[in-house]
Order: sequence, then C-alpha cells, then structure tokens
Amino acid sequence: MNKKIVALTAATAIALAGLAACSGGSGSGSDTGQVYFLNFKPEVADVWEAIAKDYTAETGVSVKVVTAASGTYEQTLTSEIAKSDAPTVFQINGPVGYANWKDYTADLTDSDLYKHLSDQTLAITGADGGVYGIPYVVEGYGIIYNDAIMKKYFALADQKSGLTDATEIQSFDQLKTVVEDMTAHKADLGIQGVFSNTSLKPGDDWRWQTHLMNVPLYYEFKDSNVDLSAGTPATIKFSYADGFKKLFDLYLDNSTVEKTQLGSKTVDEAMAEFALGQSAMVQNGNWGWSQVAGVAGNTVLAEDVHFLPLYIGVSGEKSQGLCIGTENYFSINKDASAADQQASLDFLYWVFSSDKGKDYVANQLGFIAPFDTFATGEGPSDPLATEVSSWMAKDGVTSVPWVFSVMPSQDWKNNFGGELLTYAQGSTDWATVVSDTVADWATQAKAAAEAAG
Amino acid sequence: MRVSKYIKKWFPLFALPTTAAFFLAFLIPFGMGIYLSFTSFRTVTDAKWVGLSNYVTAFTENSDFLHALWFSVRFTLVSVVTVNVIAFAFALLLTRAIRATNIFRAVFFLPNLIGGIVLAYVWQLIINGVLGKLFQQDLTYSPAYGFWGLVVVVNWQMIGYMMIIYIAGLQNVPGDVLEAADIDGAGFWARLFQVTIPMVAGSITICTFLTLTNSLKLFDQNLALTAGAPNHQTEGVSLNIYRTFYNIRNHMGVGQAKAVIFFVIVAAIAFVQLRATRSKEEEG
Amino acid sequence: MEERNKAFRIVGFWALLVLAVLWLVPLFLVLINSLKSNLFITADPFALPNAETFTAAANYTGGVQRTGFFSAFGYSLFITVFSVLVICVVTPMTAWYISRVKAWYTSVLYYLFVFSMIVPFDMVMFTMSKLANWTHLDNPVGIILLYTGFGAGLSVFIFVGFIRAIPIELEEAAMIDGANPFKVFFTVIFPVLRPTAVTVAILNAMWIWNDYRLPYLVIGSNYKTIPIAVQNYMQGSYGQKDMGGFMAMLVLSIIPIIVFYLLGQRHIIKGVTAGAVKG
Repeated sequence: MNKKIVALTAATAIALAGLAACSGGSGSGSDTGQVYFLNFKPEVADVWEAIAKDYTAETGVSVKVVTAASGTYEQTLTSEIAKSDAPTVFQINGPVGYANWKDYTADLTDSDLYKHLSDQTLAITGADGGVYGIPYVVEGYGIIYNDAIMKKYFALADQKSGLTDATEIQSFDQLKTVVEDMTAHKADLGIQGVFSNTSLKPGDDWRWQTHLMNVPLYYEFKDSNVDLSAGTPATIKFSYADGFKKLFDLYLDNSTVEKTQLGSKTVDEAMAEFALGQSAMVQNGNWGWSQVAGVAGNTVLAEDVHFLPLYIGVSGEKSQGLCIGTENYFSINKDASAADQQASLDFLYWVFSSDKGKDYVANQLGFIAPFDTFATGEGPSDPLATEVSSWMAKDGVTSVPWVFSVMPSQDWKNNFGGELLTYAQGSTDWATVVSDTVADWATQAKAAAEAAG
Repeated sequence: MRVSKYIKKWFPLFALPTTAAFFLAFLIPFGMGIYLSFTSFRTVTDAKWVGLSNYVTAFTENSDFLHALWFSVRFTLVSVVTVNVIAFAFALLLTRAIRATNIFRAVFFLPNLIGGIVLAYVWQLIINGVLGKLFQQDLTYSPAYGFWGLVVVVNWQMIGYMMIIYIAGLQNVPGDVLEAADIDGAGFWARLFQVTIPMVAGSITICTFLTLTNSLKLFDQNLALTAGAPNHQTEGVSLNIYRTFYNIRNHMGVGQAKAVIFFVIVAAIAFVQLRATRSKEEEG
Repeated sequence: MEERNKAFRIVGFWALLVLAVLWLVPLFLVLINSLKSNLFITADPFALPNAETFTAAANYTGGVQRTGFFSAFGYSLFITVFSVLVICVVTPMTAWYISRVKAWYTSVLYYLFVFSMIVPFDMVMFTMSKLANWTHLDNPVGIILLYTGFGAGLSVFIFVGFIRAIPIELEEAAMIDGANPFKVFFTVIFPVLRPTAVTVAILNAMWIWNDYRLPYLVIGSNYKTIPIAVQNYMQGSYGQKDMGGFMAMLVLSIIPIIVFYLLGQRHIIKGVTAGAVKG
C-alpha cells in the first residue's frame, strides 16, 4: 500500500512540475542570441513583423516583436521589463524616458548605429557621457490642408481674407480670418467643416493633449530657459494657455462635428473626413499620409497636401515652423545576455543599413531616418514626408522641437485630454482646465522624480 | 471515522494538487498583497516599509478614489434594485404557463454568456448611436450617460441569470398554497407580497448577494464602455485600482493599499449578509 | 376567474415577445454593422446596409487577419477546456478529502477556500501576475494552474456541499470490500457527483472564456485570448480604428458562445440554477 502512495505522490508531483515546466519554453540556449523587440508604434506593427521575418530568414536569428496598444507603452514596458524573458530592444521617449529607465539602458557609444547617426547630438546621453538612446525617426506635424479646397476658396469672388494663397497664411490671425470666412462659405466649398473633427475619445486625444500642447510649452520653456535635458521640470505655468485656447477653439468652432459629440470621435474618422473632402484641414503629422491614401473613395491628391505650422498667436510667429522632432529612441536592455544585446544591435543596424532594411524603413515604415546610411533620394517619397523635409530647409523659419517628451507621464496627458473633453462639452471652464493641468503637472512630476530618485 | 482514517494519509493525491495551485494562485499573492500595501516598491524585491503612508495617499492625493467608491456604491444600489425587480417580473410571467416559455427563457439568458468586454462594446455602439441621433451627443458627454449606460449593460447581462434562479424558486412554491390564497379572494398584489415573495425569500437573498458583489467588483464593462470618461467621472473602484497600479507612476503600493481597502469593504458586506441570512434561517 | 387568467396569459405572451425582440436587437445591430464599411458605422449605426455601404465579408477577412482572431480563438479554447477539465478532476477529490477527513487542517483549508470566494481579484491582481512570471507560469499551460487555484474556492465549496449529502455507508462498504481510496472515489463518489461536475464545469467555463484581466496581465503580451484581442483592437493604434473590422470581431466572438449555448442549453440552465442555490 505504502509503495502505491509513494508512486502516486510522485506521479502527481511530476504532473504538476510538468505543467509548470512546459512553460520555460523559449529557453535561450543558443549563443547566437535572440531579439525581443518591444514596438512602440502600433500603426506599423505588421511592418515590423515582416522585417523580423525577413531578418530571421536571412540570418537565422530569431526576432520576437511585441506591440503595445496605443497609450499603453509605459504600462507594457513596466510589466515586461521585470519579466525573466524581458525585451532586449525597447524605446524611450526622450530625457524623461531615460530618467525612468536608466537602470535598464546599455551604453551604445560603440554601436554601429550610433556611429552612423547623422547628428550625434540628437542621441540621449547620460551624466557619465555614455549614449543610452538613439533616435531612429524624425517626424513633423502641423495643420495638413487640402490645397484643392483652399484654391477654390481663394477663387471665391466674395472671400474676405485678403489673401490669394494658403502659403500666405503666416499667423494665427490670418488663419482665423481664413477659417471663419471658409465656414461662412461652407456650402460653396462643398465641405461639412473647415477642420476634421476634434477627436477627444480617450486614447484618440493625443493630437491635442500632446501635440498641440507642445507649442505653448515650447514658448514657455524658451522664455524661462528651462534645461530640458534635466528631465521633467517640477512645475509649469502654462503661460501660453491663451494661445492654446485660441487655436483649440478655432478647431472646435469650425469643425465637421458638434462639440457635444467629440468624446467618441477617433483620429481615424478625422483622417477619413479629410480624405473624403468633407474637411479642408486636419492637425496631424507626416505619418498620416498612408491613412489618407488608404481610405476608400479618397479624393485628396498627393500634390494637394501641404502643411501649415500650429500658430497660436505668439508675436513673431511668422518664423515659426512645423513641430519637428522625435520621441522614439532605441535603447538596449543592459540586463539581457551579452549575446542577446549584440544580436539586437546587429538587427537594428541591419534594418537601417541593408538595402532590404532601408527599403522597409523608407517605403513601408515611411520614416525619415536620421542616419548617414541613407543617401539623398533614399528617404520616403510620400508627399507629407517630403513637405516636412522642405519645411526643415526653409529660410527664416525655425522648427519647433518636440518638447512634449518632458511631459511627466501618460497619465498626465490622459488627464489633460479629459479636461479638454469636458471643456469642449461645456462642463468645465477654461480657467479650471488651466489650474487643474498645472496642479496635476506638479503632482506627477514629483511622483516621477521620486520614482527616478 | 473509519473512512477518515482510511484516506487520511492520501493527502498528497487527493488534496495536494488543488492546495498547491490554490497557494500559488491565491494564498501567497494574497499575503504578498497585504504586505506590499505597507511598502513602496517598483520590482517587489526592492520593497521598503512605509507604514500607512500608502493608505493615507489613497485618500488624500486627490478625490479620485473616493469618487470611484461613491460611483460604485451608487451603481450597485441602482443595479441591485433594477436587476432583481425586472428578473423577478420575468420569472413571474414565465411561470404562468405562457406559451414558448423555454424559448423566452433561453433568449433572456443569452447575454449572460457573453463576456463583459464584448457586451459593453455592443452597447457602446447603440448608446452612442441613440445619443447622437437625439441630441448630437455621446456617452462621454455627461457622467450620467456613462452611469446609466453601465446600468443598462449590466441589466441586460444579469437579468437572465437572476431570472433563472427566481424561476427555480417560484417552481418550488406549492400550487395549493396559491390556490388557497385565491379562494380566500386575495388580489394579485396581496398574493404577491403575502404569499409568493416570502416563499422565495431564499432566492431573493441569493440574487441580491450575487448582483451586489458582481456590481461592486465590475471591471470589464466599465473599461470597455467608458474607461472612466469624461475625466474619470465614470470610474468605478476596480478601474481606479487598475489605473493606479499600471498608469500612475510610482503608485503600485498605493494601488495595493486601495485593493486592500476594497477587499475589506467587500468582505464586510459579505459578512453582514451572511449574518443576516443565518439569523433569519434560525428564526424560521 | 378563468377569463382573467386567459387575458393575463395573452397580454403576458405579447409583452414577453416584445421584450425578447428587444433583448436580441443589440446583437442584430452588431451583425448589420459588421456588413457595412468602416465609415458608415458610427455615422448611423441604425441604418441597414445599402449599395453604397455594403462590404460583404471584407470586414471579416480584414478583421480576422489584423487581430489574429483564429489564434485568439485557439488560445481561448485551449485554456478554457483544459482549465475546466483539470478543475473538474482535482477539486472534487479535494472536496471529498476535506469532507471525510476530520482534522484541523481540513477545516482550515475549507474555510480558506470559502474565504477566497469573497476576495476581489484586484487584491491579488498584481502579486499573482508577478508570481506567475517568477515561477514561469506565464504561458497558456501555466495559466491553467492559476485558474485551478483561483477557481478552487467556488468549485470545492460546491462539491463539499453535495458530498456532505452522500451517505458515508456506501464508502464504508466499499472499503470493507478492500478497495483503496482512489478506487472508492472513482467508482463510488465520482459517479454520484457527475451532475454537480457539470454545474462546476459550466460556471468555470463561463468565467474563464470571458475573463479579461487575468490572462491580459499574465500572458497578454504574448498570447492573446479573445477578450484581449477585442480590447486591443479597440484601443487600436495611433489614429487607426477600423470600426468595420471591429464589428466583425464582435460577431465572431459571439458566434462560438451561441453555438455552445444551443448545444448545451438544458445543462447550462440547470447548472446555473444548481450552482446558485448551493453557492
């Protein structure tokens, strides 16, 4: 009898252990290393997967791509990095991201990718002078307009703007005059609103809480000479709140969709309205072209799309350019095995230097990549990316850098987006939006500092 | 007693598998959770004892947690009443030998099988459609929309389940008792309150308890329907705890403290309910 | 009296019919919208598809591909079926042991199981997923163990309730005949428990199939079950939300449930009733 019990106990134990062990699965036995790439951009998830597959076919090195849903990158990274099978390549969004993740970032000074970075000052460096983040894409955003509709407007006999072409718009006041007059001529122009809907559905509000907010923050930090490489400033005053409000109100009041219905509107719908010619303008970045072109029944021609800067009525804004920068830096997990780290670096270098990789980068990812491995003419050919490049080269115009990477956290952005939604709906007044947002910044910046310290 | 002795030494075969899994999935995490609520940590292994400060932060940092608690309480009260009243009415109708009873029963029960996430998205489409058509508004326009939207979703989901339990209860009410009441000339309402309801008190207790705890713990539907919009105003406790853990930086300890508070509330309600049922059963 | 009863039945029938239709309208609406193209869904969800908006199966083919629906379906099915099987084998054994062995530790265990039923998932959400990662249980096989552990409370509780009602003489007789406890359990107890096991299986299947948070936190980054795929799809990516594909996903996730329901309706309703009365 006793023997039987022993045998059964052993069987149970083995069964349980088996259940548990089947798991360990992907043990990293090989010395070639493996890559686990935690992708930040869900819109190009399939492209990264295709790249990974091609790379594995060519080199035999396995590349796992995991993509976090929008607005959940920090959350996903937090839980993934602590796992035993952690990402080997992850992304940080700038100095704040670095401050947050510096315990995990490896020094990339000797990497090929860094050596080929066209402007090495763009990389993120630590206090010790090491390189911990390499930017891999430059992007720009502003107000995208459809010149076909604009031409139609400027040709109207009774238009009151006093301008003859959209490129003459060089300040907020001019923009306001044009937009409001266009609204008055909606029927003549065959549009439902000048601007596409001001999408404020949670998760779809980043065009305002992050991108538009960049402009007032930029001016504020410039006025007070804030050192952004030090990470998140402890407080903000939101001193250009009026400018934000002016442009935001202009969007709301001259839109395709009622202010009361914005909480369920998505960026996708905004881009579709633009593509179908229901609106003449939409605030977005160069990544949006594939979206416009992909809408069934798209009426917008490639040669008709152009950018305007986000004018918020600051004096001298004639010289203001598009918002250009990056919030995407590659970092390598220093806790990964040496083989995995090397495999990851090799993979990244292959993507940005081999012909196959570069083709993916320029034509499928649509990235303007800041590496000298790209010869002139090898960049993306889509019209918005070309526009960004020409704005960068314009004389007398200074691009607005992306300072939003110092925003304290995703939660801060989400809260601000929520405030903007209730403001649009009319249940929160503007003064409250400003004071809540300033207070929340202080709270969250403090929490971030504690976490990093 | 002989059986007890006979199988006692077989613990490893009979009780160990479940117990081991239970420790791993519940008991150890539960203990760790209590401990971590008194610490500040990022990776668990670096936990530092901070006493009650997480509990203080949970209430003092901002009013979100209190607001979420209040939202859950209001929501629970409303759904307990609506779900049970409607489910009971359905059960009454369906036990009256009406044609096609089984088909009706099947239809009303169906939504219960569909998960909270899918269910809430189905209703999000409908509610946004209706509000858009009528008022040019949407679910996020007012916290009241989100609140009542959630009530509708949960009613659609839970009524069928509770109805099944009430039907079982009603079928156990002996027909002759009702007939006797009929002969006494009692009207519909008198019969309902004086005969039927007291006889299904057991089912009412069960259903109240189930709706109560399920509504309090609601997460999936809340996440999918509004995710707290606008501005966390339609955020229930569970969603608030989740957000504290995973979206607010350096707040895992606070999230765990909130979870402990929530656990204490749910346990207290369960305890009170159990006591009340016990004493009633003893009376009867 | 007869007249009144008859009138009541007719009114009742029509009232129920209207309600039943109302009950099904939401599902019908999703089905309609899954056949319309992307841009015509939120604009007017109540309109039937017409020549301009009808897309046939495009949403389905696109949605299935983008969400990896079939792999999500596979994971959901695998995890649900095996978790339920394991629960239905190990928990009645434990319940029998607890009910029959009189010792301090069996009563402690019993109360711990009962206690676990009232603890909200939020309480162990973070620590459980952490522990699962440390012990390498963060995969579709390991999660079965977690479901067994987390679902043990209710299952053991229900089984104990039924076992206590089984007269112990049967087991005593079998043991005198020389059967070992293992044999006693499977020849005497388990057959009696079969209807209860169906109840437990149904309650657990309904929970595990639809569960979102546990799999999302434990295995969500690598293995997406249906609720995770649906939620991820809706959260979508920066600015790209394909409502048409999403509607198709909703329909596809509801179909297996309806099939399951049609096949096992009688058992499901009986199981729920029995589970509730005991639970």
